[in-house]
Amino acid sequence: ILIYIPIFVFVLLRKLIKEEGENDFQEELVIRPLHSGDIYASFQFRTLWETDFMRENKVSHYRLFPKSLGQVISKFSVRELHISFTQGYWRTMQWGQPFLPSPPGAELWVWFQDSVTDVDAAWKELTNVLSGIFCASLNFIDSTNTVQPSASFKPLGIVNETDHRFLRYATLPREIVCTENLTPWKKLLPCGSKAGLAVLLKSEKLFHSSFFSQTVHIRPVCQDRECKTTSWELRQTLNVVFDLHTSGQGKREWSLFKMFSRTLTEACPLASSSKIYIDVTDNPQEEYFELSPATPLLSQAVVLGDRRTFSVYDLTQQVTFGTVRSLNLLIRWKSTEGYIHYQPSKDRMRPHLLEMLVQLPPHSVTEVTVQFERALLKWTEYTPDPNHGFYVGSSVISALVPSSVAMDTNITQEQPLFSSFFPCKEESSYFVRVYTEPLLVNLPTPDFSMPYNVICLTCTVVAVGYGSLYNLLTRSFQIEEPNPRLAKKIANFIRRIRGVPLLS
Amino acid sequence: MAAPLTLLLVVAVTIRAALYRSSLAEVIAERVEVVSPITAWKRVIEGLALLDLGVSPYSGDVFHETPLVIYLFHFLVDYAEITFMLADVISAIALYLAVKEYNKQVVRKKQKFALEADRYPQDCLELIRSPKEMLYIPLKVAMFYLLNPFTILSCVAKSTCGLNNAVISLFILTTIKGNALLSAVFLCLATYQSIYPLTLCAPAMLYLMQRQYIPVNYRRASFWWFVVQYLFMYLGSLFVLICLSFFLLGSWDYLPSVYGFILSVPDLTPNIGLFWYFFAEMFEHFRLFFLCVFQINVFFYTVPLSIKLKDHPVFLMFMQLAVISIFKSYPTVGDIALYMALLPVWSHLHRFLRNIFLVSCVLLACSVLFPVLWHLWIYAGSANSNFYYAITLLFNVAQILLVSDYFYAFLRREHHLIHGLYLKKKDGSEATLVLK
Repeated sequence: ILIYIPIFVFVLLRKLIKEEGENDFQEELVIRPLHSGDIYASFQFRTLWETDFMRENKVSHYRLFPKSLGQVISKFSVRELHISFTQGYWRTMQWGQPFLPSPPGAELWVWFQDSVTDVDAAWKELTNVLSGIFCASLNFIDSTNTVQPSASFKPLGIVNETDHRFLRYATLPREIVCTENLTPWKKLLPCGSKAGLAVLLKSEKLFHSSFFSQTVHIRPVCQDRECKTTSWELRQTLNVVFDLHTSGQGKREWSLFKMFSRTLTEACPLASSSKIYIDVTDNPQEEYFELSPATPLLSQAVVLGDRRTFSVYDLTQQVTFGTVRSLNLLIRWKSTEGYIHYQPSKDRMRPHLLEMLVQLPPHSVTEVTVQFERALLKWTEYTPDPNHGFYVGSSVISALVPSSVAMDTNITQEQPLFSSFFPCKEESSYFVRVYTEPLLVNLPTPDFSMPYNVICLTCTVVAVGYGSLYNLLTRSFQIEEPNPRLAKKIANFIRRIRGVPLLS
Repeated sequence: MAAPLTLLLVVAVTIRAALYRSSLAEVIAERVEVVSPITAWKRVIEGLALLDLGVSPYSGDVFHETPLVIYLFHFLVDYAEITFMLADVISAIALYLAVKEYNKQVVRKKQKFALEADRYPQDCLELIRSPKEMLYIPLKVAMFYLLNPFTILSCVAKSTCGLNNAVISLFILTTIKGNALLSAVFLCLATYQSIYPLTLCAPAMLYLMQRQYIPVNYRRASFWWFVVQYLFMYLGSLFVLICLSFFLLGSWDYLPSVYGFILSVPDLTPNIGLFWYFFAEMFEHFRLFFLCVFQINVFFYTVPLSIKLKDHPVFLMFMQLAVISIFKSYPTVGDIALYMALLPVWSHLHRFLRNIFLVSCVLLACSVLFPVLWHLWIYAGSANSNFYYAITLLFNVAQILLVSDYFYAFLRREHHLIHGLYLKKKDGSEATLVLK
């Protein structure tokens, strides 16, 4: 019997603990590379607790669920609470749809329980308490910015009846998010910011982004299909979009270290699942970017009406961290936008080659300009009709154009000759090649009749230089002795013959 | 003297800055008289772009600068205008200090000693210069350099000729100050940029030997010892620079692209020199022969001039600079501006100059006609290349006449200093001097 006592106590304790409800914590990080080169990271932390806040005796044993929020729920009889702090505006055109949208500034909407008599007083007290918990100035929420929407903001959890008198919605668009809001938010997590995915949440990198949003959602959810047992779900999400040029230094290469200046070493020990999902839907055969370290796990999910494929990293498995015991995911784009291959020319040896791979936006005009200089060639290198000009060959544009009709990829079928020249690899596009007009360039020509003249004239100038310097170098100054002129000489000669005095 | 110099610097910088901001800057940067395939700024930008693209800048035929220049501008490309203005300012200050030091030595060493030794005949005292006359010469030199339209055009076009001029000016300054090591280093930098300053070795060595009282006699051991020392410093720095360039870009590509280009003249873009049209119209058979002749022509005058002017190394330096600027393969107006800046140093020779009026008129007219005839040839099509070529010939003849005129005047003054100013014939009437 003595042996049974500890077992009995143990089973009793377990039952008591079980009575407190199952605690479950899951964390995940979804990374979606965006078309513009930016990267979207979304952290989701979910704590499920099978308990009832509304019963008489207060809940006192908190495990994974944060005590501050639990007390808020029981004191103010909150049915659902949704609060978000956002900095920046979500650019849907460039980034697509977010997983959890949020408006700029702070937004708070709460569904109270039916048992609340004075909803406005409860709302006022609730906003003040939340203002203290999140270090935000939510105390500015008062009747001037609170509304009771009747059509939207229906409860997201278990719905009994929806009387919009128990709904309050307020938004503070002026509210700024900063480290003081992030720190208490991180404290609500079971592992804090010490283990698991939350180690990546460093404010110096997170606030250096184009978009930052942190939210808390509390709602009751069903545990099974018949909804016999309900639990409280606390979701904390953090959405951040990093800019290619500000954080990425213009290089289309993202890694966990580059985004968060941290790598992952372990999952949160209290988490039942800790996963990283990378959206690889646009990269089926790894042709746009490559992911390292490689992972064999793939999963599919329907997100916002679209079936998307994700590569999965399971942090609870030790093999994910590899031999270095840390995980630094690397997403590297294979070819940068606008691949350029340029081979400059070598005079009289090879021509210029310029190849560009461009993605043309629709309904737009793209202009490519090249600066050039005209060269003077040797006179033998001109064609017999130099004033006609020199031809520059056509430029070539090769493109895969989306086709409105499904193309037939089966080449063995009977097709007329005129439509079956280019091989057709895909059904949805066809290959087209366009040639531009050739360019006729008028080059300056030397005078072709002048080779001898030019050689003579230039050599004359060089000789002028040589001659004057030679003169000055080899001769010296002397006083001039006058030389008798030739005419004088002849005259003196004749005079000598005649015997007449000579001229001086 | 500092105040007028500062004022001059301020005015010069203002003019350049004003021209940089105007629309003339692009027009000037395209002019073939101001930029050549070796010195053009557009080609520096192209080389930097090729380097960023991962292609070697020397793989094409566009870029012909040395690797040190490309790395200098890799860091300074955003401050290019300030760099070129600074180069001009450095050249002017270096020339100013060099000429000041030279004047001091002329007054102290030559004239004082010679006067005391009674070496000058009595009637040529008016040829001796007083320090008061020479007071403003350094300022005039700086002014001639900074306010010369050729220099301003060269600076606004961002031609790297400005950098070359700065290095040569620093070389002149360190030589005249007597610092053999720095003189060898700067000369080596100048040679590294374009091969032709190699000929300035001779005047540098002669001047340094004169300053250190080593007699210039090829039979003396001290002469050869000094020559060996200087050449060792010079060749050592050259070797260091060439190896450094190899390590900067990781290949020897730059040797044929830079030095092969200067020596073999494959690019026949018109400029103010004599090479382009000559080699455009040359028969293929004789091309190599005439190429060698023209290149030897630049180096050829070093030894005879050094022998004749071994007692006057600074004038020799001036002559060599002029010969290089006229006969190099791709001259620009920036090169001309450098030797023209030194003309005020010989302003005392003006009474013996014979052709100065003609020469200055021809130079002025040619400078104006260059852009006119270029426009008529290339854009209007009514002239042809011969017109531009003719002006090139005239311009070079005028420069040669200018240089030889100064040489004549210098030699004549030396003759008068030895034999007296007013010479008489045997029968007492006034004599005329001729070269025989």
